[in-house]
Amino acid sequence: MPLARAINAGLRRAMEHDEKVMLMGEDIGPLGGVFRVTADLHKDFGPARVVDTPLAESGIIGTAIGLAMAGYRPVCEIQFDGFVFPGFDQITSQLAKLTYRSNGYLSLPVVIRMPFGGGIGAVEHHSESPEALFAHTAGLRIVTPATAADGYAMIQQAIAAPDPVIFLEPKSRYWDKGEVDLTAAVDLDERAVTTGLHAARTVRPGEDVTVVGYGPTVKTVLTAAEVAAGEGTSVEVIDLRSVSPLDVDAVAASVARTGRLVVVHEAPVFFGPGAELAARISERCFYLLQAPVLRVGGFHTPYPAAVHEEEYLPGLDRVLDAVDRSLAY
Amino acid sequence: MTEPLTAIVGPEAAPGPQVQLLDPQGRRHDHPLYGPLAAGLTTDQLRTMYRDMVLTRAFDTAATALQRQGELGLWPPCQGQEGAQVGSAHALRPRDFVFPSYREHGVAQVRGLDLRELLPVFRGTRHGGWDPRTHNFHIYTFVIGAHTLHAVGYAMGVQRDGDVGTGDPARDRAVVAYFGDGATSQGDTNEALVFAASTNAPVVFFCQNNQWAISVPSTTQSRVPLASRGGGFGMPSVRVDGNDVLACYAVATEALERARSGGGPTFIEAVTYRMGAHTTSDDPTRYRDRAEEDLWRTRDPITRLRAHLEAEGLADEAFVAGVDDDAAALVAEVRAFARGLEPPPHSAMFDHVYTAAHPLIDAERAEQAAFEASFAEADQ
Ligand SMILES: Cc1ncc(C[n+]2csc(CCOP(=O)(O)OP(=O)(O)O)c2C)c(N)n1
Repeated sequence: MPLARAINAGLRRAMEHDEKVMLMGEDIGPLGGVFRVTADLHKDFGPARVVDTPLAESGIIGTAIGLAMAGYRPVCEIQFDGFVFPGFDQITSQLAKLTYRSNGYLSLPVVIRMPFGGGIGAVEHHSESPEALFAHTAGLRIVTPATAADGYAMIQQAIAAPDPVIFLEPKSRYWDKGEVDLTAAVDLDERAVTTGLHAARTVRPGEDVTVVGYGPTVKTVLTAAEVAAGEGTSVEVIDLRSVSPLDVDAVAASVARTGRLVVVHEAPVFFGPGAELAARISERCFYLLQAPVLRVGGFHTPYPAAVHEEEYLPGLDRVLDAVDRSLAY
Repeated sequence: MTEPLTAIVGPEAAPGPQVQLLDPQGRRHDHPLYGPLAAGLTTDQLRTMYRDMVLTRAFDTAATALQRQGELGLWPPCQGQEGAQVGSAHALRPRDFVFPSYREHGVAQVRGLDLRELLPVFRGTRHGGWDPRTHNFHIYTFVIGAHTLHAVGYAMGVQRDGDVGTGDPARDRAVVAYFGDGATSQGDTNEALVFAASTNAPVVFFCQNNQWAISVPSTTQSRVPLASRGGGFGMPSVRVDGNDVLACYAVATEALERARSGGGPTFIEAVTYRMGAHTTSDDPTRYRDRAEEDLWRTRDPITRLRAHLEAEGLADEAFVAGVDDDAAALVAEVRAFARGLEPPPHSAMFDHVYTAAHPLIDAERAEQAAFEASFAEADQ
């Protein structure tokens, strides 16, 4: 089943599991969202639980905060990554901080879902990767599934989490299919949602160099590993799954074996998640590293017009080039 | 809307058509719609309103002084606004929920929050600290207008719980958002009005137009009386004399009842005045003149109710003196409390960032503790 369907199934499961779970966003009702991730949920759960909101991002997030205080578990859809900014203040100044500001009296189980990343030839504001902007804010958890199975499980865990979760959906992978076991229960206890949700996963073992991706870049990195294998290089691929918290242990353990690390994301490299990972790995693995940590990602430009996106995004060749450069040290 | 609205020409001219039940001399006036709502107030209730206003002012004055003495980092005084706050808050029921901004000390007093709870926020020992659910009084919000959306969301929750329009007074609930005239310019406040109108949420927007947003007059925020803004969003809007505690009680009673019974949101503009500085860091002499303050002094909400109570024989000297004694006792408690506030250990800054465990927080807490311990070792 495609990733978009898997998230839809996960949302449905969460709504069946807990009647306090409600969805809100623009066009998520009868239309099912512009990517149809909420398809049929309005029909089956009604307009009080699948709310077509006014066109106002700050309004969506601000009211979700109040709803969470009133005992609901709102799952907000932001239509596209580039439109989260009108709601940015509510996310970073209010949602992220209310638990802290209230000395722990309030817990805000709000999930903010948004399609993110490029590669679909869209007009501007439809292809951004704002994860670093959120990761810099304490109080938020930021996760992204790369596979259908993760989409199904992680959305349920995100909804069950007692903290606000930014749930980034790699839009270029919405239609990629994967096996999903809809009959198996997803572990929703607190340990699972705070540890399991944030655990990186080795998706392909290897010996020569560790390459880390998350969300849309996992597929690119896997393809690169395949190609590299044909040239005799063994690449270990890690899907980070969570940007905050960051599973540094998993990456460090891999780097301890390979001695090399390349981080790949679509977000701009400058001050990006790769910089954070590179710094932490340099601290932890200084004497084990055989090459500096390399980063492959977006440039320090606004997300460019669609004609340039192939050059802007970390594609196969740039990943392979980074692997070669790492091995050349 | 009960009366035609006319444009305001300047902040001093703000009093125009507005609901008033008690004039500045303390004389009762009737009003066809709102008069009866205040008519049933018992002597006890009237005296409690008076007491709440006096205690709020005493507390507020003490807090301002504590800031001057370096015991608090900052204080936003509410002097002058006690009528709007205490009157409207008396219309609330325990199950109603309040979203204050940062100056609603009078509402806090009526809600039963121990006023001392407000001090750590301004002393800088913590951001909030009281459990909003104890008195259904949310922690203070400093981002202008942000909480108006939280109020609407909470009201949407109340609606989903079926706690509106049942006719059962023990069940039906409403939500109030308090904010200032400056807040009406914010996108969030406008989005809150949109969401409230489109969901028919049980919420009352209580705007205290205290004429100034720091140094900017309310005319910079709006070319029309603020009360007429609500109408554009499709909700009943009322303009009330904010220094008239009875009128504020009456208009809030009507609006809250509409909300609780399923009639949807209301916008109230309480025309009042901030007598003091915006906060203790502000210098109002730079932007407004003394004559304006003097004019508003003649409209004081406390003097007004006291004159009324005395004229009606509802308060004798003993009562007034008793309230003053209570106020003095509160001030003594507040001062002692502020002086005794201990700073929490530095490790407390890592508390409550998340509800559930987070490895980065654990690691940084340990790192900070080790760093601090290294100094202790070096000292030995
Ligand atoms: C979003 C935002 N912008 C600016 C400020 C700085 N600020 C604090 S209070 C204030 C004026 C608010 O005026 P008003 O809404 O009329 O409320 P009042 O203080 O008069 O009660 C400003 C500009 C802020 N707190 N939040």
